Amino acid sequence: METIVFSLLNGMIYGLLLFMLSSGLTLIFSMMGILNFAHASFYMLGAYFAYTIMGVTNFWLALFLAPVLAGGVGMLVERWGLRRVHVNGHVAELLFTFGLAYLIDEVVRIIWGRNAVNYKVPEALDFTLFTLYGSNYPAYRIFILFVAVFMLVSLWYLLKRTRIGLIIQAALTHPHMVGHLGHNVPLVFMSVFGAGCALAGLAGVIGGNYFITDPAMAVQMGPIVFVVVVVGGLGSLEGAFLAAMLIGILQTSAVSINASFSDIFGFLGLTASSELGRITVAQLAPTLPFLLLVLVLIARPRGLMGEREV
Amino acid sequence: MTTNMTTLAPSASEKFTQRALPFILFALLLIVIPFIGVSRGTLTLFNHIGINIVFALSYNMLLGRAGLLSFGHAVYLGLGGYFCVHILNWIADADGSGFWGNVPVFSLPIFGFAMGALAGAIIGWPSCRRAGTAFAMISLGVAELMSTAAFMFDSLFGGEMGISGDRMSGPKFFGLSMGPIEQVYYFIAFWTLVGTVAMYAFTRTPLGRLSEATRDNAERVQFIGYDPTRVRYLVFIFAGAFAGMAGGMSAVQDEIFTPDSLSLIPSGAILIATYIGGIRFFAGPIFGAILMTYMGSNLSDYTAGWLLYLGLMFISVVLFVPDGIAGLVFGFWRGIRSPGRYALIGKWITQILGLALVATSVIVVVEVAYRWSDGYGDVFAPFGFDLPHNGALTWVIGTLPLLAGILILRRVKRTESEA
Repeated sequence: METIVFSLLNGMIYGLLLFMLSSGLTLIFSMMGILNFAHASFYMLGAYFAYTIMGVTNFWLALFLAPVLAGGVGMLVERWGLRRVHVNGHVAELLFTFGLAYLIDEVVRIIWGRNAVNYKVPEALDFTLFTLYGSNYPAYRIFILFVAVFMLVSLWYLLKRTRIGLIIQAALTHPHMVGHLGHNVPLVFMSVFGAGCALAGLAGVIGGNYFITDPAMAVQMGPIVFVVVVVGGLGSLEGAFLAAMLIGILQTSAVSINASFSDIFGFLGLTASSELGRITVAQLAPTLPFLLLVLVLIARPRGLMGEREV
Repeated sequence: MTTNMTTLAPSASEKFTQRALPFILFALLLIVIPFIGVSRGTLTLFNHIGINIVFALSYNMLLGRAGLLSFGHAVYLGLGGYFCVHILNWIADADGSGFWGNVPVFSLPIFGFAMGALAGAIIGWPSCRRAGTAFAMISLGVAELMSTAAFMFDSLFGGEMGISGDRMSGPKFFGLSMGPIEQVYYFIAFWTLVGTVAMYAFTRTPLGRLSEATRDNAERVQFIGYDPTRVRYLVFIFAGAFAGMAGGMSAVQDEIFTPDSLSLIPSGAILIATYIGGIRFFAGPIFGAILMTYMGSNLSDYTAGWLLYLGLMFISVVLFVPDGIAGLVFGFWRGIRSPGRYALIGKWITQILGLALVATSVIVVVEVAYRWSDGYGDVFAPFGFDLPHNGALTWVIGTLPLLAGILILRRVKRTESEA
């Protein structure tokens, strides 16, 4: 029971972080057809920006400024990079962001060094919120939960209930028509790209000190975010949410299960001394998202909630 | 109007100069290299170049020909290579008896080829049902899955240490013991040539042609009665097979494979090499493989920032030279023989000047930044100039040539589009 509750709570937080990352990716994808390979790099930038800003001022300013900065970098990238390669097709765009991920990785190494930086949870949030089954539950995790949920609700409100959201949604499906109606579609694209990167940056601000802030964080997070987006169905926000929660909870619970294959499949005659029998579920955790990806794509090629074959 | 098809078809001499001659020259070059007195280290570099040529060409079967962007092509090289390292050990264990005892190490790339094809056939079946972005993401997922799963099966993949073998075991083939590096060079050269010719021949087959048609317009391919999914799947198997062959060559050269060889890093490297070389030309990946392997082994001795240079180069190619090195080389060759060659040469000289200015600034900024980041107090001092990170001269050299170079390049581009 104890394990289940903790796994669910932590899995939900991890899932929400994943969703913050993948929501930006999904928005960008459904609008421009670009799968931004460098998306996780903006997550990393968010964390590093927050670390630097926090060193000068405080965490709350960093919480606001770091995503804005990450979004600004994203807008510059869209304006001066992606828009140029757009004429060469989607593969060129994907390759451009792929190269960008390399560049951002190296630049981060130059500026902040090769080792992890000491980006800590702010003192105001560094206390035990409640005690559950005798274990202390840190307040910062609940803070992440609140930030993520707040962000999601505002995103939903912005997209579904405001005029800006209306234009964005229209530009998703009928960019030419929206352009003819007098809206600046390239500006909309640039803003959406920036907003997506800002969301990734925000995830970095609150995730960077929850996990660890080092130059490898983008490479670790990137593939999982892609899995979320593809499993959820390319271009579907609801699907991305489902997939993010599913993977978050799945991976977090798997880590806490110490049973090995021989314990589970012992009735099939699998012994603990065999190589296959020695593998524990916890060991399997890093492969689970990718296993899920392959399984989902075999059974349902358009993903959980995807409407179109991409 | 009737067109006489025989006059449109290339003449026998054209066929020879375009199709046979380059390969004959390539073969001669491969044979001559060891005679010009190169060191052991250089031969090892040439061996790695040969492996990467086959690998990059196999990758271009997917990216350039079939239009399939894969982020996990190293999986097939890795699986083929692992299989071959195991075979090396089986050959050593068999000690001259049984089936494995009679297999010469020279033939290993054939086994790598078979393993790569098998892996391509298994993994390709779910992945090739989709093209475009979804295919790219699936290949990424498969690569991650394989490289993380490889750490669980130590008897197959050897854990962190990997699996190693000994290439000197087994029967000799034409008197080659595979011990000295020269013999390994001839082994690699032979298989590089075989792979290159075979992959060129593949582009001439109906399947090779269909793969290009599927890239350009899958719907029309369907209209004329072919199944694009099937075409992609078959091409995928061949691409995997040739990657496995490169793996077999690599197993003999390096005698070791680690789970990292299945990961995203080598896959990304070959993607970059192929694209920089030029995906629209058959020879493109060859140029890319030569340049990238050379840079990878030599540039890292000169500068800590070689990955950054690589990334900058890749992005510049994507942005400004989508045809890659091959596009430049063939464009130069065409231009130098055209009537307007003098105007073109003038344009090229201006462009090279602009590029050199940009490169100067970029190199100064990158080198100074790396030294500042290291914190050892090193000062970047090219040709005796001291360029500390807080010196005024550093900032002048870091910005002015960059701006001047960009202005020159833009000007060339503008006059080009006006003309």
